[in-house]
Amino acid sequence: MRPLKVHETNLVFEKLKHYIGSNVRALIERSDGLYCFRLNRGKVYYVKEDLMKLAATLPRESIVSLGVCFGKMTKSGKFLLLVTALEFLHMYCQNKIWLKESAEQNFMYGNHVYKAGLSRISENIPKHAGVIVYSSKDIPLGFGVTAKASVDCRHADPMDIVCFHQADIGEYIRNEEDLLS
Amino acid sequence: MGRKANYDTKAKRGPGKKTKKQPTPIFPTDGAENEERQLSHRQKQRAKKRSLKQSKKDKVTAKKQKIDMDSAGEEALDSEDQGNDSDAEEQTYPTAGKKKMLLPAKKSKLKIFGDSDDDEEEESEQEAVDDYGVGSDSDDSDDEDIVKKSKKLEKKKKAEIEAGDAYMDEAAQKLEVDIPSLEEVVEELKGEVDMPSIHSRIKDTAFVLAEFSKRRDPNRSRSEYIQILLKDLCMYYSYNEFLMEKMSDMFSSGELLEFLEASELPRPVTIRTNTLKTRRKALAAALIARGVDVDVIGWSKVGLVVMRTSGNVTLGATTEYLAGHYIIQGASSFLPVMALAPKEGEKVLDMCAAPGGKTTHIAAIMRNSGMIVCNDLHRERVKALVGNLHRMGITNATITCKDGRTFPKMMPQFFDRVLLDAPCSGTGVISKDQSVKTRKDPKDIQRCAHLQRELLLAAIDSVHKYDGSSGYIVYSTCSVLVEENEDVIEYALKRRNVKLVPTGLDVGKPGFVNYREKRFHSSMNLCKRMYPHTLNVDGFFLAKLKKLGNVEQSSKDEEEEDGE
Repeated sequence: MRPLKVHETNLVFEKLKHYIGSNVRALIERSDGLYCFRLNRGKVYYVKEDLMKLAATLPRESIVSLGVCFGKMTKSGKFLLLVTALEFLHMYCQNKIWLKESAEQNFMYGNHVYKAGLSRISENIPKHAGVIVYSSKDIPLGFGVTAKASVDCRHADPMDIVCFHQADIGEYIRNEEDLLS
Repeated sequence: MGRKANYDTKAKRGPGKKTKKQPTPIFPTDGAENEERQLSHRQKQRAKKRSLKQSKKDKVTAKKQKIDMDSAGEEALDSEDQGNDSDAEEQTYPTAGKKKMLLPAKKSKLKIFGDSDDDEEEESEQEAVDDYGVGSDSDDSDDEDIVKKSKKLEKKKKAEIEAGDAYMDEAAQKLEVDIPSLEEVVEELKGEVDMPSIHSRIKDTAFVLAEFSKRRDPNRSRSEYIQILLKDLCMYYSYNEFLMEKMSDMFSSGELLEFLEASELPRPVTIRTNTLKTRRKALAAALIARGVDVDVIGWSKVGLVVMRTSGNVTLGATTEYLAGHYIIQGASSFLPVMALAPKEGEKVLDMCAAPGGKTTHIAAIMRNSGMIVCNDLHRERVKALVGNLHRMGITNATITCKDGRTFPKMMPQFFDRVLLDAPCSGTGVISKDQSVKTRKDPKDIQRCAHLQRELLLAAIDSVHKYDGSSGYIVYSTCSVLVEENEDVIEYALKRRNVKLVPTGLDVGKPGFVNYREKRFHSSMNLCKRMYPHTLNVDGFFLAKLKKLGNVEQSSKDEEEEDGE
């Protein structure tokens, strides 16, 4: 377990900024204690400082997870957000889309969001921006990247893709085995 | 067309329909139900009449019965029960049947929360009867009369019941329970077996053993009866003999039957609300909207029982489940955490955590503050732990994959509380895993018990000395065997400076203080045992220990022995 290096930090914040914009600052400067990012075996964890200090005393190979796993550093040197980060992304996100009840299952099986399944979308989302996908009952289902700006969505064809799938909570059962591997 | 009334000339009567206002609704509260209902005068009159009529009727019947009992004598009774043996058998069985032969799991509700319902009903009936009494006491003399009468009636009823009991016993004596000898049974079990006949023989043997001195065949010993019963049970429920012997050591023959029967049936599915993400009421509403019938668990603030799910809903794949609003967890798994009672900001260790039901419960109680270290030895199981913890939004946990016995070395006296849900033989959860019945042998149990002892000592060593409200260890297993429970606790009590404290739960039976040839510490009754047939939860053992100091007990023991 070690702190992130400068370029890694940049990668992580860049990606987070994509989804939560300027709220990245709020993620770090929290009123209820110090939080930090740590890298352990290729995974980036967001963890409270005292918990991190405790984990530092444990042998590295025995630690499977600490705090919340935000994502992993890929072999090609990029940062990949995982679904486990959804909790915090949804807490601070700005761009949201809501699905119709009929389209929820479809998204949770790993498919993109089509215009036909779109119920609502927040205003002024540009193209290729990170969005959090919500169910009709305001339960965060996952996140993705918009394929169209929200203005264009209105006139889109029903089978047009509105949002590219990135991660969804269906992975907790679909993909439990390698959630963190 | 048609007639037309001349409405113009008719004067309006009264304020009209629309002006009629509904009174504000009155919701019955819990207290209101118990309050006495005001009876109208007529109701009171009717009640008075009814009670008088009833008392007269009872008098007459009682008289008749008395005459019957006296005159008809024994002959009539004898001829009756000799006439058809099977009838007599049915009649006599209720003595055994009185002790809840009704299987708990057949009720849709968990007993642990369903029990109170029946009581309430009875109570309310009682109250209703009382109400009439209250209603009719306009006259004092009348009242006294009624009291006298009712006392008389009670006496008569008592006498009747006694007479009935005597009759039952007599019938039982006369009843020929035909049980073949042990050799015959063994022979029979070797060949083709007829399950219904074995079942009826099990019943017969249990019936004889229930009141052995009265019902026995004087030429045969108790041990022979027991041997026959065990052989039959092993065959009927397909247990191996070792495990069946262990079970029979623990329960009386009647209770053993109940336990085995309850172990066959599945327990009701229960779920626990994740209070970090939702509330129980909201979750119940969401699930009901999905077609899952749920009911709240009375003794827990976060539990729900699933009564029925409509065909196309999988409880483990709903959006609410994936969003971490609930976790599927046996009702008995709530209890260790409730006993542990973690406080916000504490450092808690969960030694054998996978798949994370109890860990997430602890985190929810601590509201994601403090620190939780959850550990499990098996990599495969840790994956489920990771998934559940992230799904439920737990942020204060570190997951490790190590042998629990290494913790006191790594972090000596670091934790405030430790939950040790020790790996065990699983004799309490036979309904979940039938393979336990045949696969366990003495060595397995011994191996489990040994590991449990080491883990418990490790757990005690990783808790710091008691100060204020910290320094507790909760030990739990899903086994009912004494070897894995009381024995292990006794071992820890002797080796370390700990004491047993009340678990803070008011369900379950106390642990054994005396068990066959074993004599445990007198505080062992503070442990809790739960059985599937009594509470309709998984078989379960629970003990809460408080650490008093770091001095190892062994030296202290010697001193005490010297003193004695």
